Parts: sequence; C-alpha cells; structure tokens
Amino acid sequence: MAGPTVKVLVDPLVNNNPITLQILGICSALAVTTTLKASALMCLALTAVLILASGAISMIRNHIPSNIRIIVQMTIIASLVIVTDQFLKTFAAETSKQLSVFVGLIITNCIVLGRAEAFAMKNPVGLSVLDGLGNAMGYSLILIVIATLRELLGSGTLFGYQVLPLITAGGWFTPIGIMLLPPSAFFIIGLLIWALRTWKTEQVEKPQYQIHQVHRTELI
Amino acid sequence: MLNQELIARVWHRPATWFRGVLDLPNDSVHKTLIVALAVSLVCSVVVTSTVVLLKPLQQSDVSREKKRNILEVIGMLEDDKNMDVLFHGIETKLVDLASGDYVQVENIDPNSYDPIKATAIPELSSPVPPERDVANIGSREKYAAVYVVKRDDTMDYLILPVRGLGMYSTLHGLLALEADANTIFGFSVYQHAETPGLGGKVDDPKWRALWKGKAIYDESDALRIQVIKGSVDVYKPDAKYEVDGLTGATNTSRGVNNILRYWLGDDGYGPYLKKLRSARG
Repeated sequence: MAGPTVKVLVDPLVNNNPITLQILGICSALAVTTTLKASALMCLALTAVLILASGAISMIRNHIPSNIRIIVQMTIIASLVIVTDQFLKTFAAETSKQLSVFVGLIITNCIVLGRAEAFAMKNPVGLSVLDGLGNAMGYSLILIVIATLRELLGSGTLFGYQVLPLITAGGWFTPIGIMLLPPSAFFIIGLLIWALRTWKTEQVEKPQYQIHQVHRTELI
Repeated sequence: MLNQELIARVWHRPATWFRGVLDLPNDSVHKTLIVALAVSLVCSVVVTSTVVLLKPLQQSDVSREKKRNILEVIGMLEDDKNMDVLFHGIETKLVDLASGDYVQVENIDPNSYDPIKATAIPELSSPVPPERDVANIGSREKYAAVYVVKRDDTMDYLILPVRGLGMYSTLHGLLALEADANTIFGFSVYQHAETPGLGGKVDDPKWRALWKGKAIYDESDALRIQVIKGSVDVYKPDAKYEVDGLTGATNTSRGVNNILRYWLGDDGYGPYLKKLRSARG
C-alpha cells in the first residue's frame, strides 16, 4: 500500500515533473515568477484547485458520461478556480492584483485538466487527491526555483526584502534587467530541464526522426 | 422505452429514483442530461454562495483601497496600519456640480456615496451631450464627492475624483489641489487598463511628479492646464500650465488632457472651484 501511495506523491517532484518533463503549465510559470510573493500565491491557488478538482472528479468518475466528460471536468475546474480567485481577492487583495488574469487562467492550465483526464478519471478519491497534491508540489517547486532566481538577480530581493545591496543604494549589485522580463523564465526553464536531464538520463527523449545516411555502396 | 418506463416508475420515489439514475448506463441520453444538469447546478450553487458570502469582506477592502489612494495623492500614506487615523482629518463632502455649492442630500451618506453607481440612476445623473462629452464619460453624476483635507479648521488640500476615457480603458484619477484651489499638488491615476509600458505609464511616479506646482486657471479665470505633446519648455511663461505628454502614448496623454478639460471646465468642478477661489478673494 505504502509503495504506490508514496510514488504517486513523490514522482511528480522530479521524475515526472509537470513542468520540466511534461512541459505543461509553462505560461503561468513565465508570467508570475518575477516576484516570490506572487509565485507563492499562484502555487497556493493551483494547489487548492488541483487537489479539489482531482478529488471531485474522482468522486463522480464512475458516473461521468464519456461523451461529455471533458466539459464536466472543465465545469468543475472552472468553478473551483472562481472560488479560489474570490478567496484570493478577499484575503490577499494586493498580491492577487499582481497575478491579474493568471489565477483565472488556471482553468486552462494543462496540468489540472491533464491530471483529471489522466489520473482522477481512473483512480479512487484518496489516490487522486495525493496525485493532485504531488503534481501541485512539482509545479510549485519549479515555480519557486524560477522566482527565487528571477527576483534575486532581477531586483536583488527575496520576498521583497533586500538581500543584495543595489548599486543605486551604495551597494555593489547591478540588477540584471532581463530577469524581470518573460524571456528570462524561458531560459531558466530550459537550463533547468537541461540540468535535470543530465542528472536523470532516462528523461532524455529519443529522437523521433533521423536522417538515414545512405552510402553509395548501398545503392549499387 | 425502457428508460422512460424506469423514470416514470421512480419519479414518485426520489430515493429509488436517485439510485435508478446511478444505475443507468453512463452513455444513455437521460443519464448524460441528468449528470450535466446536476454538475451545473452544484457548481453554480458553490460559485454563487462563495461570491455572496465573500462580498461583504471585499467591499471593506475597496473602501480601504479608496482611502489608500486618497492618502497617496497628498503624500500622506505611510503604511496600512494607521490609515484610519490619518484619514480622520479628511472630510468627504458632497458638491452639487451645477451650482458649485456644498449640499446635504437626504438618503445619501457622503462617506459611502459612489458617484459611478449614481451615473446609472436617472435622478442622480444626467447624460452628457456628445458634443460636450470630451472625456467620454457618457453620463455625469449630479453630486460629486470631494475630499477636503483640513488642518486647524482651514482647508489644506482639496482632492477631486476625475475619470474619463484614455486609449483603451477608463482612467480613474484623483487630483489634489492646494488651498488656493488653483495650484495642483498631485495627480494620480489609480485605476486603468492601458498598455503596460506605454499608456500604462500614467501611474508612473516620475510622470506623476511633473504635476506638482502646475496651475489650472490663469488670472482671467480661463482654463489653461494641458498635457502637451513632447516636453515643456521651462523658460516659456506658460510652462506652469503645461505637463509633458507620455512618450509613445499620445492617445492616453490626450485622454488625460480631455479628462482635466472636462472635469475642471464648466460642466465639471468649474463652478465649484470658481466659488472657492472668489471666496479667498
């Protein structure tokens, strides 16, 4: 029993990470990672939605007609997102402004629908909730890593506190402006995937197509 | 016809009906419709009740937001904690825009009065004729809520809410005037949806700083303040009536110009400000 449960929870962290292996949920990873605070809130929102959606969908999985299953999943996910968004607007109004449309866009975050369709539709509630939690943690891990790098190098702060003294304030650190722009998140994700696949070589994809070298001798 | 029979049979017994529905084959038309309906119903109830339950908590946040914006435009915002204390010295007053007098209106509490909501009520607003509607607001409230910052019973600053169309969105701003009701102390746009980096610079502190000390009317009471294209030539005698336009945001700058032209003109706060100025002599 302990085997699969732990695997479901831990696998999405590194071995089957939704961002670095499945390359899902990239858009929000680019958009909200300029500051740690916004990223942390985004992770929290996604975690809540993912756990609740996986749980709810798994609960009614045996009664969802297969021809309307996607729209049923979307309805449940969309409702949960609106509920989460309302909670954020109430209890974290300032930071939720920074996240603007990206909380709403959790509806289209492929991780949520992906886990619902791939896991929650076929597994019991408890396991689905754990799978949701695991994937949310995998997503959060990457987001926090990217946000830490971007905030530290882009503005010399962590969670808004000055860590590296800025040159404008008499220190030595010149902020790297591109870190605050979306492309930098692309580079960081790319480098992370590179590092991860160097460590875990089984994640390297096989080339799908290769030009076959034809030698003259073969033709004759 | 088995399904119809089944449904007819269980309609009179809800408990068995429910079980009957669950027992239906998943892909039957009945079950598809019933599941779709049930999911929509449950989801809408959950969403609606969350929104309704959280609404009161959010509204207090909106009024905090309003206080924060007001304190910010006069440079008194320190941190969130003592906001209510700081706001104590600020009085909200209703002004009849047509006559320019302070009024007290029955059933309207100045502190909770929302001019935007008033524009939707025919008794509290009037449509602006298109040829006079330079700020594109469509309909103007009859009474405006202004904020008077007092120190020892004399007016220190006066804060006027203004709004109008920028390039893509309605800009909501606050204009703070000094006690002479002519010199601008500060101008801030606290809500907009202009393009970030271009028109979005209306909320840029550097641009906002340019407004301080500018004059609105000249000696003959003519409305002079304007946002110009390019930079102001500081050696010109008219420089005190002019503010630099935003680079790359001609339409947003024009929008701000129109907003001030409208709200400081005869259709806006013009009559009210004129009375304040003549009262000072």
